Amino acid sequence: MTAPSPDNPFDQDLLPSPPGATAALLRSLIAPMRARVALTTVLLLLQQAAVQVGPLLVAYAIDRAVPAVRDHRYGPLIAVGAGYLLCALLSGGLQVAFVRQSARVSQDVLLDLRGRIFRHAQALSIDFHERYTSGRLISRSTTDVESLRELMEDGLQELVTVVLSFVYISAMLLWLDLGLGAVAVGSFIPLYFLIRVYQRRAGRVFRARSTAIAAVIVKFVETMNGIRPVRAFRRESANDTAFAELNRAHERANGDSLLEMARYVVGSRLVANTAVAGIVLWGAYRVADGSLELGVLAAAVLYLRRLYDPIDRLGMFLNSYQSAAASLEKIAGLLARTPSVPEPVAPGELPPSRAGFPGREVRFDKVRFAYRTGGEVLPRFDLTLPAGQTVAVVGATGAGKSTLAKLLARFYDPTEGRVLLDGVDLRDLPTAELRRGVVMVTQEAFLFSGSVADNIAIGRPDASRAEVERAAKVIGAHEFISALPDGYDTDVRKRGGRISAGQRQLVAFARALLADPAVLILDEATSSLDIPGERAVQRAMSTVLRGRTAVVIAHRLSTVEIADRVLVMADGRVIEDGRPAELIAGTGRFADLHQAWQDSLA
Amino acid sequence: MPTTRATTQDRSAVRSLLRLWPYVRPVRARLLTAALVAIVASCTGLVIPLVLKWLVDGPVADRDPAGVWLGALYLLLLGIAEAVLFGIRRWLVARPLSRVEAGMRADLYRHLQRLPVAFHDRWASGQLLSRGTTDLMLLRMFLAFPLTFLLVNGVTILVGVAIMLAQDWLLGLVVLVPAVPVLWTCVVFEGRYARVARRAQDQVGDLTTLVEESVLGIRVVKGFGRHRSQARAFDALCADLRGTELHKARLLATIWGVIVTLPELAIGAALVLGVIQVADGDLSAGTLVAFLSTALALRWPVESIGFLLAMSQEAATATERYFEAMDEAPEGGPAGEPAVGPREPAPEPAVLQDAGLRFENVRFRYPDAAPDSPPLLQHIDLHIRPGESMALVGATGSGKTTLTALVPRLHEVTSGRITLNGVDITAMPREELREKVAVAFEEPTLFSTTVGENVLMGAPDGTGADDLDRALAIARAEFAHALPEGTATRVGEQGLSLSGGQRQRLALARAVVGRPEFLVLDDPLSALDVHTEAAVEAALRRVLADTTALIVAHRPSTVLLADRVALLSGGRIAAVGTHQELLRGNAEYAHLMSGEEDPR
Repeated sequence: MTAPSPDNPFDQDLLPSPPGATAALLRSLIAPMRARVALTTVLLLLQQAAVQVGPLLVAYAIDRAVPAVRDHRYGPLIAVGAGYLLCALLSGGLQVAFVRQSARVSQDVLLDLRGRIFRHAQALSIDFHERYTSGRLISRSTTDVESLRELMEDGLQELVTVVLSFVYISAMLLWLDLGLGAVAVGSFIPLYFLIRVYQRRAGRVFRARSTAIAAVIVKFVETMNGIRPVRAFRRESANDTAFAELNRAHERANGDSLLEMARYVVGSRLVANTAVAGIVLWGAYRVADGSLELGVLAAAVLYLRRLYDPIDRLGMFLNSYQSAAASLEKIAGLLARTPSVPEPVAPGELPPSRAGFPGREVRFDKVRFAYRTGGEVLPRFDLTLPAGQTVAVVGATGAGKSTLAKLLARFYDPTEGRVLLDGVDLRDLPTAELRRGVVMVTQEAFLFSGSVADNIAIGRPDASRAEVERAAKVIGAHEFISALPDGYDTDVRKRGGRISAGQRQLVAFARALLADPAVLILDEATSSLDIPGERAVQRAMSTVLRGRTAVVIAHRLSTVEIADRVLVMADGRVIEDGRPAELIAGTGRFADLHQAWQDSLA
Repeated sequence: MPTTRATTQDRSAVRSLLRLWPYVRPVRARLLTAALVAIVASCTGLVIPLVLKWLVDGPVADRDPAGVWLGALYLLLLGIAEAVLFGIRRWLVARPLSRVEAGMRADLYRHLQRLPVAFHDRWASGQLLSRGTTDLMLLRMFLAFPLTFLLVNGVTILVGVAIMLAQDWLLGLVVLVPAVPVLWTCVVFEGRYARVARRAQDQVGDLTTLVEESVLGIRVVKGFGRHRSQARAFDALCADLRGTELHKARLLATIWGVIVTLPELAIGAALVLGVIQVADGDLSAGTLVAFLSTALALRWPVESIGFLLAMSQEAATATERYFEAMDEAPEGGPAGEPAVGPREPAPEPAVLQDAGLRFENVRFRYPDAAPDSPPLLQHIDLHIRPGESMALVGATGSGKTTLTALVPRLHEVTSGRITLNGVDITAMPREELREKVAVAFEEPTLFSTTVGENVLMGAPDGTGADDLDRALAIARAEFAHALPEGTATRVGEQGLSLSGGQRQRLALARAVVGRPEFLVLDDPLSALDVHTEAAVEAALRRVLADTTALIVAHRPSTVLLADRVALLSGGRIAAVGTHQELLRGNAEYAHLMSGEEDPR
C-alpha cells in the first residue's frame, strides 16, 4: 500500500476543524438540558453528602456515644443509629434517582449527537462523499459515538463523584483537624501533575487508537460489501494479511493505552498510600501526646482511605475522557465541513407549472465547473433546454456528461454562473422543492433494507400501494416483483429477496416514475437492462413522462431514437447540437457514432 | 418463577462466556497471575486496617514513639506493595488482552470472508461490523475487569468477612445479613438486564446498518431529496435504542440502590452494637476502628459486584452475537461437500468429449428459499467446448447471474453437477477452481489499493508488469497509465473515484490478466460507450479465441463476441444455437434482442 499523501486532508482520518470546535460541540450538546444536568448534579451532591457522613458518625460514636453509654445515656447512641439509617436510605434512594436521571441526560445527548452526525453527513454534498470513505463516516457515527456514550454513562458520574468526594472529604478533614486536612490537600499537588502527564500521553495514544480502528472498519466494510470479487479472485489470504496489519496497529495502540493507564495507577496509588502513611504517623504522634482525639484520627483514616479510593476511577474517567475527546475531535471535524451545496438562505419558489404541461425549462447561464484542485471539467458555456424536450447527451467517458447532469441535479454547484429552472436559480430552491422539480436516476441503483414497495415509494413516500404498483407496471417491473416470495412486501435483504442488477434498475426507474418530476435526468440508468426493459423505459418516457424535460445520458444510442435533440460532448464542450435525424445525416462525430452503433446491432 | 428463569439465564450467560476459552487459553497464565496479584494487592488493602488497630491499641495507647514510627513504616510498605501490585496486574494483561481482542477480530474477519455468499446476502454488513468492533471491545473489557474482579472481589470479600468475624463474630454476622437479599436481587435483575442488553446491542446493529445504507445510497437519498424520511427512520431507531438504554438504566438503578443501601444499613447496625460493646468493655476501641475500617474497605468490592455482573451479562450477549457469525459453516473444505444433493464420489479421467465447461442436469434453489418454491434453475444441460465462447441470454431476472455464480462455486448447485474438462468442480480445491475460472462481475468492485494491484489480483503471484499492460490493453483501460501516478494510483474507497465505464474496464482487465482457462463475464460491456465497446470487443475476441467462456449478454453486440448462444428461459436452457439461427427460429430470443414482439 502506498502512503497517504500528507497534503490531502481526506487521506487522514481527522478532518481539520477550527480551534475550540470540540469544546464548542460539547457545550452545545449540554446547553439545551442545562436544567436537567443541574438536577442530576444536585442529586449526586446530596447522595455524596449522605455517603460521606458515615465516618463522621463513627468519630462521633467513638468520642461521644461510647462515654455516654458508659454513663447510661443512650441519646447519642440513638442519634448515631438514626443518623446512619437515614444516611443509608438517603444514599440508596438518591443513587437510584441519580442513575435514572443521568441515564436520561446522557441518552438525550447521544440522541442529539447521533442525529447531528447523521443529518450533517446526509447534508454534505456528493463530492464530499466521493472523497470521505463510507467506512469512516460509519465509524464516526458508531465507535466514536460509542466512546462518548462510555464517557457520559460511566465517566461523568465518576468525575462528579470523584470531584465531590475530594471536596467533601477535604472539607471534612480540614474541619476535623486543620493540620491533617492540610497534608491531605497538599497531596493533591503531585496527583495533579500525574494527571496532567497522563492526559498528555494518553491523548496521543487515544488519537492513534481511534485512527487505527477507523482503518480496521474501512477494510472490514469494504471486504464484506465486495465479498463476491473477494471470493472469486481468491483474495481471502491477501486480505487476511492486510487486515492483520491494520488490526496489529490497533492492537498496539490499544495496548499502549492500557499501559499508560497502568503507569498512572501505580503513580497515583503510590502518592495516595504515602500520604496515608504520613498522615497516620503524624496523627498517631499527636494522639500519643494528647493533642488529637482518637475518634478524630479514626475518622480521618477512614476518610483518607475514601479520599484516595476513587483515584483509580478518576483514571477510568480520564481514560474515557481521552478516548471520547479523540472521538469528539473527529466528529467536530466532520461537523465543521460545510456542505458545498448548501440549503438556500432565502428560499425561492418555482413558478406554478402550466396546466397539462408538466415540464420546466432548464438554462445553464455562463456556467463553468472546475474541481477545487483546479482541474477544469466544463469550460464556460450557455445552454437552454426548453420545457418538455427530451435531450440525449452522448460522448466518450470523461467528456463531462455526468458533470453536466450533476450540475442540473444540484449534486454540485457550478464554479461560475447559474443553473436556472424556469428562471429560478437552483441554489435558491429548498431541497423538497428542488426534488419535486428535478430527479436523477443513476447507474448504481441502490436498494435500501425494507420491502420492494418501500424502495419504490422512495420516489413519493405518500404514494398508495396502487400507485406504487402502477409505476412498476408501466416500467415492466410488476411481473418479477409479483413473483418474489412476498410480492411487493418482500424484504430485499431477506429470504429470497435477491434482485438482479437489471431488476434493481427497473425498481430505481419506478421510483423516478412515481416521483413524477418536472425534469428527469437518467445517467446511464438503463445500462443493465435488456432490450425489452429498455423499450419499456422508452415507452414510459413517451407516455407517462410525456411533456417532462428529460436529460438522458446513455452509451447506447437506442435512447436517441426517442430524443428530440442530441448533444455530443467532448472535452467538456458541446461540439454538436441538433435533432437526431439532422446529425445522423451529417458527417460529424454523432453520425460516426451512430454508424458504429448500427453496425453493432448486426 | 422469575428466579428459575433468571438462574437459567445466568447459567447460559456463563456457558456463553465459556466459549471464549480458546481465545483466552494462550494468555491464561498471564491472566491468572494477574488475578492472583490483584488478590494479593486487594488483601494488602485489607491488612492496612489491622496495622491501624495495632497502632491504636499498641503504640498510641502506650505512647511509644518508636512503635508509631514502625507502624507508619508498615503502612508505607504495604501501601507501596499495593500500588506496585496493582500496576503489575495491569501491566501483565495490557498487551495480552489487546492481543486477544485483535485475535478474535482477525478470526471473525477470516471466517466471514470464507462464509458462503448466501450468508452475506442475508446479513447486513453493519450487523457484522458491530460484532467485529463494539462487541469485541466489550469482551476485552470483560476479560480485563469483570472476570478478574469478580474473582478478586469475591476473595477480598471472603477474606474481609473472615477478618471481621475473627475480630468480633457478632458484628461480623450483622454485617453478613444483607448478603442474601443482595445476591437474590443481583440474580433476578441480571437475568432481566441480560435480555435488555441483548436488545440494545441488536438495535445498535440496526442503527449501524441504516447509517451504512444512507452513506452508500447517498446518491439516491439526494437524488430524490429523501433526507427527511431517512432522518425519520434514523430517529425512530435512535428513539428505540434510547428507550432500551433507559430501561437498562432503570434496572441498573434498582440493583445499585439495593447494593448501596442494604450493606450500609448493616454497617450502621454494627456501629450501634459496637459502641455498646466498647462501652461495656467487651471490645477495644482499636478493634471497632479496625472492624469498621474493614467493613468500609469492603464497600467498593461489594458495590462493584452489581456493575461487574452487568458488564458480564453484556459480555455474554456480545459473545453470543460473536459466535452467531462464527458458528455459520464456512464453504466446504478444499474438496468440500456441496450443500445438498448427490454427486459423483471421484473425478473420472477427462475424456475428450467432456473437455470444456459442462453443466449436467443442474438444479438450483437458494438455500434460504422456501423448500417448496420452484427452483430458480432446473435441468440445466449445457456444454461449452474447449476454446468456445457461449453467450447466455435471458430476460431480466431469469437467473443468468446466478448460473454464472455456480461456476466458481459462489453458490453451490442444489443437484446435478458442473464439470471442467470432465472434473466435477466440487472435487477440486476451491483455490484451484477459482484460479482456473476468472470472473468479471456485473458490478465492478474495486478495492482500496492501486490500479495495478486491483488488476493483478486476478493473476497468480509473480505476474509482471507486461501482463498488466497486456490486460489493460485488452480491456482498453490504458487510461490507467494517464492517472496521476499511473497504475500506482490508489482507487476504490480511499482513492480516486473512477467512472462506471472505467471501473468496468478495470474489472475486465482483472478477469483476463491471469490468462485463465475459463472465463465468466457477466454483462462485461454494459457501461461502455459505443466506440470503447467496439475497441474492447475487438481485443476481447483475440482472448476468447482460445478461452472457454460463458458471457452473459443483453445486446447483440455482446452476443456477437460468442460463438454460440444459449437462451435461458423459465429456469431452463430453452435453446442453443448461433445468433442468426436463434434470431430466425426463436420468438423469445428475437424479442429479447430486438425488443419487438414479433420475430423478424
